[in-house]
Amino acid sequence: MTGTVAEALRRAAEGDRGRILAALIARLGRFDLAEEAFQDAAASALTHWERSGVPLRPDAWLIRVAFRKAIDRLRRAERDEAGAEALARLAREETEDPDMIADERLRLIFTCCHPALDEKSRVALTLRTVCGLSTRAIAAAFLDSESTMGQRLSRARAKIAGAGIPFRVPEPEDWPGRLGSVLNVIYLIYTAGYDSPAAADCDLCAEALFLARLLVALRPEEAEVEGALALLLLTEARRHARTDDAGMSLPLDRQDAGRWDWAMIGEGLGILTAAMARPGDGPYRIKAALAALRLRPFGPDWQAILALYDRLLVFEPTPVVRLNRAVVLAETGALASALLDLANLETQLADYQPFHAAQADLLRRANHKREARGAYARAIALCTRPQDAAFLARRLSELGPVDT
Amino acid sequence: MQFMALIYTDPARTPPMGAEMSNEYMEFTKRLKEAGLMKAGDALHPTSAATSVRVRGGKVETMDGPFAETKEHLGGYYLMDCADIDEAIRWAAQIPGARYGTVELRPVVVFS
Repeated sequence: MTGTVAEALRRAAEGDRGRILAALIARLGRFDLAEEAFQDAAASALTHWERSGVPLRPDAWLIRVAFRKAIDRLRRAERDEAGAEALARLAREETEDPDMIADERLRLIFTCCHPALDEKSRVALTLRTVCGLSTRAIAAAFLDSESTMGQRLSRARAKIAGAGIPFRVPEPEDWPGRLGSVLNVIYLIYTAGYDSPAAADCDLCAEALFLARLLVALRPEEAEVEGALALLLLTEARRHARTDDAGMSLPLDRQDAGRWDWAMIGEGLGILTAAMARPGDGPYRIKAALAALRLRPFGPDWQAILALYDRLLVFEPTPVVRLNRAVVLAETGALASALLDLANLETQLADYQPFHAAQADLLRRANHKREARGAYARAIALCTRPQDAAFLARRLSELGPVDT
Repeated sequence: MQFMALIYTDPARTPPMGAEMSNEYMEFTKRLKEAGLMKAGDALHPTSAATSVRVRGGKVETMDGPFAETKEHLGGYYLMDCADIDEAIRWAAQIPGARYGTVELRPVVVFS
């Protein structure tokens, strides 16, 4: 019996954490109070469920009890004006039917990803509140101490309360920018997981996919959201094929396509097709299309990829996007123009390792061996992962002697 | 809630306060008033006119110049009554100084 109760509580408190918290924050208007009340309710569940069995709807039970716990906490601080106001509101809402409790997670996501918070806090708060990761797990994933991460989360919650960050889906005029901020957070979570698969405490890639799927479910027919989910699926499908047995990075054309997750690729392509059929344009749609066009047997179709990079530059005119475009330009056969484009980016990307790796590769292909050697040396010096350095060192040794 | 919008600009990189700039500020102030959000707002003389005051050991000390020597100076402010930070950000972004300087938004503490 004890096992069943603990298991039911774990399922409800962990599996439904984001939804329960969102419902609580929507009514209480305060992150800190919602989290405390939720913990009170979970503690109370152990006693009550042990005695009278697991309720039919554990999530609704937890939400209702958490409301009462919040009322208790507010009563204790009733002299506080904001507390009295929240108390009155709660008393009105307590009678509502638990089955009608709306999913408030969309509002929660937009609040956690508000641009008035700094980027790292947006990521941490989303993982903690929407995904339900522990502070310890988030700290480990971002190489912070648990206390530093705890302070960051407290500061973020205090800023939400103090700076008047509303618990609300943004107005239409703010929508594109605010949605961009949310998608950026999801993408940052994904890349953090992708770059450090060794941090086994939690799978950030899986959390990012969960968030993207949740967003599609809560806000269907939004092309940029679909684009972001498609991009993550098409990337995730190849995640385990991107290194060889020795942990050496493999470029796409050397990966074993048999190790790709084709069901996931199929799902990603289906969502991408729906996104592309909608009006307008946006960076995530374009990036997902780029990921799709690089896949065999569909591609790579370099001319089409080049056209997509030109569209992407409208939204992100950054040196890194220009670098990627130049690499694609070289693939279409315009090696000399591509090298010229790279030369123009040299000062801006002097410390960016992929720039030197790309330049080395193009110089090698253009048979400028002497310059290629210099670029390989710079690329190797800037490597952070030994596997990448080993790959480049092998390319450098294959270059052969300089003729002159 | 009330937000103080503090307008910081670098005089070296700010267009002079000519007729055009004045008009832009007057136009913004008019719209903020019409929306019923304006509580107060003023432009400040440059920091060359600033005097800093402090009391140490019961003695008043005055200093010529601003409190902090920074490139960007506080040049003016608006006190706005907004529903939340989203509305405050939308208005702050329309303050002419936001295009070349920085507008800092600070929620005002309400003592009950």
